Amino acid sequence: MNFDKEFDASGMSCPLPIVKTKKALVDMASGQVLKVIATDCGAVKDMQAFADQTGNTLLSTAEEGGAYIFMMQKK
Amino acid sequence: MTTKKMAIIATKGTLDMAYPPFILASTAAALGYDVQIFFTFYGLQLLRKDLSNVMISPLANPAMPMPIPMPVMVQMLPGMESMATMMMKQKLKKHGVASLEELRDLCLEADVKFVACQMTVDLFEFDKSEFIEPVEYAGAAAFFGFAGETDICLFV
Repeated sequence: MNFDKEFDASGMSCPLPIVKTKKALVDMASGQVLKVIATDCGAVKDMQAFADQTGNTLLSTAEEGGAYIFMMQKK
Repeated sequence: MTTKKMAIIATKGTLDMAYPPFILASTAAALGYDVQIFFTFYGLQLLRKDLSNVMISPLANPAMPMPIPMPVMVQMLPGMESMATMMMKQKLKKHGVASLEELRDLCLEADVKFVACQMTVDLFEFDKSEFIEPVEYAGAAAFFGFAGETDICLFV
């Protein structure tokens, strides 16, 4: 999947993946896609919750070699 | 959609109890909440520029997991608090948990408002120059001015 920006949250624990995903989205345009890589398994539920509460769209969640890859489209 | 609001009262000044207010405030701000933290009593320690005196003690803290069983008579020895704090900070770092300073900075960056209780600042004779900026100084009535309108209000 294509993306416009990547944020690597590998090794970070709650709440950093969420707080820094929000920061990464700030300078992006509506409709652009942010790829987030995280190793914290709590991020799976948290990314969905973040999307639900902020109106951004979580396009996909995937697991790849022990890491989670999220595609977040800015509203 | 109206902006949601959260208020937190932070009353504790130990390392373990310092985390919840900053974790919840930074997360709520990331979710779009308007957030205020009211720091009172020992919570005022969390506003000091130097957070090195925010520590953890195994003493009277039976729930704290210790690598080896440690009798209370040993826990009370000089230096045990510093050692426990150092070990806890190493553990936090190893698990990718942000430092208190980093979480506090993230809160400020996200416009979380810090309010210090003026009465307890005076009570403990804190010098305001010891505190970070920006911090507002106010009392209980000012807290209710914000808290009364919130969706979530927590006492930590």
